[in-house]
Amino acid sequence: MKVMNLVNAINNALDIKLAEDKNVIVYGEDVGKEGGVFRVTEGLQKKYGKERVFDSPLAESAIVGTAVGMAIAGLRPVVEMQFSGFVYPAFNQIISHAARFRNRTRGRYTTPIVIRMPYGGGINALEHHSESMEALFGHIPGVKVVIPSTPHDAKGLLISAIESDDTVIYMEPKRIYRAIKQEVPEEKFSIPLGKAKILQKGDDLTIVTYGALVREVQKAAVMAKKQGITVEIIDLRTIYPIDRETIRESVRKTGRIMTVAESPRSFSVASEITQIVIEEAFLYLEAPPRRVAGFDTIVPLPKGEYHYLITPEKILYEILNLVNY
Amino acid sequence: MFDKYSPLEDKMVQVMDNEGNIINPDLMPDLSDEQIVKAYKDMLFERTADLMTVSYQRQGRIYTYPPNYGQEAIHIASAFVIEEDDWVVPAFREMGIYLAKGATLKEIFLYFMGYEDGTVFKNAKNILPISVPIASQLPHATGVGYALKYKGQKQAVFAYVGDGGTSEGDFHEALNFAGVWKVPVVFTVQNNQYAISTRKENQTASINYAVKAIAYGIKGIKVDGNDFFAMFSVVKQARDLAANQYEPVLIEAVTYRKGAHTTSDDPSKYRDQEEEKQWDRSDPLRRLKTYLIKKGLWSDEQEEKLVSEYKKQVDRIFTEAENYGPYQLEDVFKYMYADMPEDLKQQMLEHQRFLRWKQEFFKTQKQAINN
Repeated sequence: MKVMNLVNAINNALDIKLAEDKNVIVYGEDVGKEGGVFRVTEGLQKKYGKERVFDSPLAESAIVGTAVGMAIAGLRPVVEMQFSGFVYPAFNQIISHAARFRNRTRGRYTTPIVIRMPYGGGINALEHHSESMEALFGHIPGVKVVIPSTPHDAKGLLISAIESDDTVIYMEPKRIYRAIKQEVPEEKFSIPLGKAKILQKGDDLTIVTYGALVREVQKAAVMAKKQGITVEIIDLRTIYPIDRETIRESVRKTGRIMTVAESPRSFSVASEITQIVIEEAFLYLEAPPRRVAGFDTIVPLPKGEYHYLITPEKILYEILNLVNY
Repeated sequence: MFDKYSPLEDKMVQVMDNEGNIINPDLMPDLSDEQIVKAYKDMLFERTADLMTVSYQRQGRIYTYPPNYGQEAIHIASAFVIEEDDWVVPAFREMGIYLAKGATLKEIFLYFMGYEDGTVFKNAKNILPISVPIASQLPHATGVGYALKYKGQKQAVFAYVGDGGTSEGDFHEALNFAGVWKVPVVFTVQNNQYAISTRKENQTASINYAVKAIAYGIKGIKVDGNDFFAMFSVVKQARDLAANQYEPVLIEAVTYRKGAHTTSDDPSKYRDQEEEKQWDRSDPLRRLKTYLIKKGLWSDEQEEKLVSEYKKQVDRIFTEAENYGPYQLEDVFKYMYADMPEDLKQQMLEHQRFLRWKQEFFKTQKQAINN
């Protein structure tokens, strides 16, 4: 075991896969000598050479497009988008190709790519550096979407993502890149994609969340407990494929569901979870499902961001409303 | 000039050497001594304001900031050519141009303090906001150029991008459209040698960046961007071609990013001090200052006095910006649509209900603890 933060854990997972599989290639903007703007790939070029870990030209579309080609030809590229806000030029490659090759070639050509990207607010960033657009990816048939919330999960999920034979969008909650440290096994281990994790048991309501918001929900749960309310917290971990079973079983027990996420509320992961609960636990519900999410606005620049960010106080407010419905 | 300095032969326009000597009198611009002194003062102001902004960031008084340090000649030479009705389509490292266009330093501070208000440049004519997604602004420049031509207006559009930005699809698409439509756009690549940490050898196999124009059937030229006179002459001729003959132009202005990519970046990770020292010799301010001193138009004493005035001025403006006031909740919502959708109104009202509850709830909680 070794104490790692999220950055260390992701670096460690890449290190393990680079060491054991010659087909793993890591590239993107500034990931080589500099080790990425968040230092996630630090030291890897030195260890594995410039043919396996390297800086690409500045072009997100070509980064993903070339990864499609490499993957079809037998490699396992792990590419970095410097910030999720810069992934949009690559959407054509993700939607039109990475997500479709398996189906349109009836399984002949596949695209085992991991597209890593830091995402989310709360770091006082410039424009286009704070958004949470996971719903856009969740809506693309043919890709998987993963969001870890701890160093341990970040490592185990990334190893599964690299080993997945499908394209995986791996979104890294940059607000907690260095904020959470925990003991993580140094040896290889993996966490299956598509499996949520129950972080704490509770009776009065279920909260589904993921990424940086997990910590905020945990804080709110402590406050709720002082009010006599126990919360069951589910860390979704994989946005797609979504773990319907864990959500269903929890809500059938608690009778109340709230999803907490930072993305705009409309047409969101929270909306999807609400619908799953309606389909699978409708008769168990004691209150309407609740989405606690970002406004349907652009994330404000730092001076206004506090209006937008979801705080433990806001979650507590929503918990009380839901329980007292 | 464009034929003589073919980017295919990797020629670069220079007028003044590193020691302030005019080595190419044919291209020496027709500027009065007063104008040249004014240009130097503007460069000095940009540098002073820029270095101070970096130190404000270090003091935690603004957020992430991309320094302009070392690229001032490109900005001020362009600013001297750009006419009032011309359009400017910025990237994010052209402070001197924004100021010349009529943006205020206060606005620039506000932007990096985290207010959208700071990128409106509300009293500056025909300038777009700062654009962060690399090269994505360039097609807008081509579009503005089309509109100007359509309306029969004899103005030019000045668009900016870095060396890394030339790898983005939007760069190529914007140039291609500009060539097909023959629009009055001057694209300037500020080649400051680095896209964050990435150098030219990992960015392009082209002989230079200007040569990329050739493929799109437009004129390209490479110029010493640390040479104020060369930069002025090139931009001036480019503007004439664009505005009067609807010929788009691509300028590669060769310079050096003396500072970091942004204040979040640490260049010592990927470049050595020896290289930085080499580039210091062609520093744009040092060169123009040497020229002015040799001509008896400037002195160290004058400079010292002016810099100290500038510092006071910048500090006063910064303090003004710091007192700008709170960011209202309504400002998160009210600019999203021409008419705010009902759903969005409800989201704002819901949040206001939460804020009222929060005040009450935690007051009671505190009382409970105190009792």
